[in-house]
Amino acid sequence: MQTAIPRRSEAERRRARRRSAVRKYGVVLLLLAPWIVGFTVFTLGPMLLSLYWSFCHYDMVNAPRWIGLANFKFMFGLGTIEGLPPGAHDPYYWLSVRNTLWIIAFGVPLRIVFGMLTAMLLTRPKRGVNAYRTLFYAPSMVPRVATALVFVYLLNPVSGPINRLIDAIPGLSAPLWFFDPAWAKPALLIMGLWGIGDAIVIYLAGLLNVPRDLYEAIAIEGANTWQRFRHVTLPMITPVIFFTLIMGIIDGFQYFDQAYVAGNAASGQNAVLGQPQGSLLFYGLWLYEKAFRSFQMGYASAMAWMLFIATMACTVVLLLTSRRWVHYGGGGQ
Amino acid sequence: MTTAARPEAGRPARRRLPARVRRRRFLLTIANHAVLIAVSLMFVLPIVWIVLTSLMTEDQAMTTRLIPDPVQWSNFVTVFKQIDLWRYTWNTVLYAGITTIGVVVSCVPVAYAFSRIKWRGRNIVFLLVLSTLMLPVQITTVPLFVVWARDLPAWTGIQFIGTLKPLIIPSFFGDAFSIFLLRQFFMTIPDELCDAVRVDGGGHWQILRRVVLPLSKPAIMAVALFHFIWAWNDFYGPLVYLGQSPQAQTLSLALSNFRGMHHVQWNLTMAATLIFMIPVVVIFFLAQRVFIEGVTLTGVKG
Repeated sequence: MQTAIPRRSEAERRRARRRSAVRKYGVVLLLLAPWIVGFTVFTLGPMLLSLYWSFCHYDMVNAPRWIGLANFKFMFGLGTIEGLPPGAHDPYYWLSVRNTLWIIAFGVPLRIVFGMLTAMLLTRPKRGVNAYRTLFYAPSMVPRVATALVFVYLLNPVSGPINRLIDAIPGLSAPLWFFDPAWAKPALLIMGLWGIGDAIVIYLAGLLNVPRDLYEAIAIEGANTWQRFRHVTLPMITPVIFFTLIMGIIDGFQYFDQAYVAGNAASGQNAVLGQPQGSLLFYGLWLYEKAFRSFQMGYASAMAWMLFIATMACTVVLLLTSRRWVHYGGGGQ
Repeated sequence: MTTAARPEAGRPARRRLPARVRRRRFLLTIANHAVLIAVSLMFVLPIVWIVLTSLMTEDQAMTTRLIPDPVQWSNFVTVFKQIDLWRYTWNTVLYAGITTIGVVVSCVPVAYAFSRIKWRGRNIVFLLVLSTLMLPVQITTVPLFVVWARDLPAWTGIQFIGTLKPLIIPSFFGDAFSIFLLRQFFMTIPDELCDAVRVDGGGHWQILRRVVLPLSKPAIMAVALFHFIWAWNDFYGPLVYLGQSPQAQTLSLALSNFRGMHHVQWNLTMAATLIFMIPVVVIFFLAQRVFIEGVTLTGVKG
């Protein structure tokens, strides 16, 4: 057999190898083509454009005009932009930042704790787990627009069933929820808990992945329930906690649909976003107002880049600290 | 969790537990299910409320009476008369349907290149794909809106804003989440199967067609369903790109405006909400395995 193959020179072989490498990379490029085009045209290009615009005044009518850091100064209250008196700054920027940080600070931990607790309940029974899991997961499929409308109705102070329940308890007076600036955001948290099913499913899978022998080992040492949770369950599901934490923060920074719909439905109008009294004016809503209602594309781009930087910073910090508290892989701690 | 009667040396394999232990276990099981049923009720009751309210008269919807009396089935007809629900449903079906095809067609080859071919830089490029999942949508929608609204119509003479085009076209150019989910699945296919095709003289096209596609039907199904439901529920995209046009609205957008147009007609709002939700809920119950496996695949192994 071997003699049948003609011996090739070193150069010939190298050429053949190069030809096959070129062909391989050609195939890879061809397969990746949709993503390469999509990434360039719909992600990288727009990002660079908005980076440039964030240093410009741009109203979509006149060409973008370079104004340096004026947009950012206006945002942070360090300077004004043209057309406004000196000393003016964006009156709603920090309000929207505070609202967004509030919903992240309360919403994300609530989701993690409730998701984990409910999943732990689900690991106990021998029968019916799938039925419960389906029931818990289904609401997270319901469109957010629909969820928002339903909860504005369920929490309405006149005939809302939840308030009737609270009023039935003597000594308690039910809050006005979406009609009270102090209670509008907590109402959003309740709404968020209804759609917690996807977190439950992820935690349940994580809990069922914990090796049984770890529990047996710690049981031999005479550990109680809390110690079992603290030293086996918790460390073993830190990857899941880490994942839900990062996704929760990324989503939290972009919080939009629920607040937009609930605010409009409760206040019965569309013109002013974030009602009541700006308590639901999240970063995404204020950015939407600036970009697609006022058409201040330069300023909106600057806001979008600040949002991007904040998201990146949180993710990087979490990734760096994750080595200390996230346990990957099976086996001991 | 409970270790049921383990056979021990010198004892019969199935030993009856003492009555005390059995009773304690039984009570624990009851307590567990009681808590779970209570939690289930909290998840289910809002849906019961929607259904009940959608059958009430407008006046009853603002009272505390729960059972619809009289049962007003005509609400579902009234909704169709008040707004052009057929058109919005059709628009939503178009948006969700076409983009699902686009995502599947464009993401399968990309995921194949990230999983079944080894090439230098593969992991770095894949990391780039994943990192786009973190990008706030606004960073691209602001410039894209300007391009769709101003630049492209100026060059081509075609109207984009107020039509579904800006929502549909990008879906044919890959979607990071779907690429990720498909890649995770393609990675699990044993190399031997692909080698067998290669021995027969087949190239990548043959491997894709004869091994990868038939084996990953569940994964492709998951990607398609996830994307369909995502697009069906999508609000931000339609709000930005369709906002002004009453012709092209999707259900999510129409529903959010419906509430604005008609002051508190909660019975009709709930009827419309129900019509909007039903397809999603039906798809979910028919294919819940696919969803739960998909969530698990992305959540735990990510």
